Amino acid sequence: MVVTSAGVVIENLGFSIDEQVILAGVSASVAAGTVTGLLGPNGAGKSTLLRLVGGLATPATGSVTLDGDEIGSLPRREAARRIALLEQNTAPSVDLSVEDVVLLGRIPHRTRLLGSFGGDDDRAVAAESLAAVGAGELVDRMWHTLSGGQQQRVQIARALAQRPSLLLLDEPTNHLDVSAQLSLLSQVGGLGITAIMALHDLNLAAAFCDQILLLQDGRLVAAGTPAEVLVPEIIGAVYGVECDIIEHPRDGHPVIVFSAPRSAGSSSDAPAADLAAPAFSAVHA
Amino acid sequence: MATGGVTREAGPGAPGRVPRTARSLAHARFVLALALAVITLVLVVMLAVTIGPANVALGQVSGSILGHLGLGPSGAEAGAVPLLIDSIVWELRLPRVLTAAIVGAGLAISGAVMQSVTRNPLADPYLLGLSSGASLGAVCVVILGVGFALPAAAFLGALLALFATLSIARVGGTITPARAVLAGLAIAQLAGAGTSFIIFWSAKGDSYREILNWLLGSVAGATWESVIISGTALALVGTGVVLAATRLDAFAFGDTAAASLGINVNATRWALLGSVALLTGAMVAVSGAIGFVGLILPHLVRGLSGPGHRRLLPLVAVCGALFLVVADTLARTIFDPRELPVGIITAFIGVPVFIVLIKRKKSSAWS
Repeated sequence: MVVTSAGVVIENLGFSIDEQVILAGVSASVAAGTVTGLLGPNGAGKSTLLRLVGGLATPATGSVTLDGDEIGSLPRREAARRIALLEQNTAPSVDLSVEDVVLLGRIPHRTRLLGSFGGDDDRAVAAESLAAVGAGELVDRMWHTLSGGQQQRVQIARALAQRPSLLLLDEPTNHLDVSAQLSLLSQVGGLGITAIMALHDLNLAAAFCDQILLLQDGRLVAAGTPAEVLVPEIIGAVYGVECDIIEHPRDGHPVIVFSAPRSAGSSSDAPAADLAAPAFSAVHA
Repeated sequence: MATGGVTREAGPGAPGRVPRTARSLAHARFVLALALAVITLVLVVMLAVTIGPANVALGQVSGSILGHLGLGPSGAEAGAVPLLIDSIVWELRLPRVLTAAIVGAGLAISGAVMQSVTRNPLADPYLLGLSSGASLGAVCVVILGVGFALPAAAFLGALLALFATLSIARVGGTITPARAVLAGLAIAQLAGAGTSFIIFWSAKGDSYREILNWLLGSVAGATWESVIISGTALALVGTGVVLAATRLDAFAFGDTAAASLGINVNATRWALLGSVALLTGAMVAVSGAIGFVGLILPHLVRGLSGPGHRRLLPLVAVCGALFLVVADTLARTIFDPRELPVGIITAFIGVPVFIVLIKRKKSSAWS
């Protein structure tokens, strides 16, 4: 499968709804072929940033370029051939087979008028895309008979069928069990395609991302490798939780070990890590 | 989803890979189903024309049609169908049966398109109030003589009703299928009350029958003009939506997914819903508000055609035509010589289907 790599440059990106600022002054760059994790508490603006990068919303300020082309200036179909975005937890409104779902990804490549008569080429691409996420044997199954992890893989295959150079994923591991989470993310990393994904789980981000962008209240507060961004001071300031960082015994990436808050009212304003926080087990003691 | 128990990724015992064969079979099955449906439709239309107070033979039906099309003897020529029979076939029964077929096809297509772009399995021009709005528009022209072309007034009524239904459904939250149906019910009641009021107020002739025909639908008064009005709308809008089949497919996973596939979501949705209002308007202008055809047919036909709209739309149109021709024939024969409005028949079939659909909640589109 030929994958064109691409680089993304985000410059001073801002977005508001009804005077309320959702995102402001976000600048970052994403190297071609890397996996970037988008982290931040609920409401930090992760999904909005993904929509702006995907060209699905128009920024109030700033711009996003992909391989030097400003995304906002691309026609929708052209953008859809280069960028694929997957929302969290979507299901089809009618029963579809797995192949039907993946073939949807060929829509931006079809001709406008008689394009509904897609050919065998499309089916070959669909088969390739399914194989790329290790779901080739699911092709004849019906969507609603799949497990959560299988559905998510098929969704990624649909995105791959668009033959994008940039893959945007909004919390792809939501509602998956741990084995499905791990296999899905390692598969995304193995695609060799530029990927930006919003994640909730800091440890998954630390394990599978080359770069982390950390958002808080619509602003980019930290960017860098997992080892640079995922440190107790920054995590404490953004999430208001205490933690320690240890090294993964096998892979060497950072592992974040959280501690329970010492009192109900503790917040990001008072990290005060002068005392060792009690471990989880101590809470029940 | 992945709740409870162990969810294995690679399902054991997944069926062997025979995708090409399976797809070819699905296509062959679709072509066969479409061909059978078309042949059945032609036969049923001709049979329906033979049924009625005066006895007409099947050969006389085809003779009359061929004569009028210039393909056989006509008028006083030797071998032509007797004039009385010919005028029963050509002036009375054929326009009615053809109108029923066209209206059935138009309503079924309307339902299929609405279900796709609103992601609502309960969407139907009748349940969402479009048909009643179109009736009100049509009655304004027919009874009050508002200076407007009948189909245009019905179209405007359908469009206003659709707009009102979606506005009410959106109040204080997102549009769910249930909210849309409730809002459609309110609009249908309002438009129905308006229609009844106008007919009573004008108080000409048989008000009750007239009201029933508009509110429940009937093709009893269909003429060749009805065939031309509804047929033109069906040809135009039907072609348009079949060409837009890919865009309809793209809505399967919702608006963001459609946009991510390169679809201009808002423009596409309004163009398609506007087309549906036009189609529904033209159908209601000639037949009143016939319910449930657009709800039942897409759900029945998807099992044969699969969910893709390039197969679904042609097949649902032919099956819709077949359904309404049969329903109308029942409506005019069950209590012969009295006639039921055909909407009574479609409601008797449609409401159980509606209940089945409500019970079948596996689609996440419900929440």
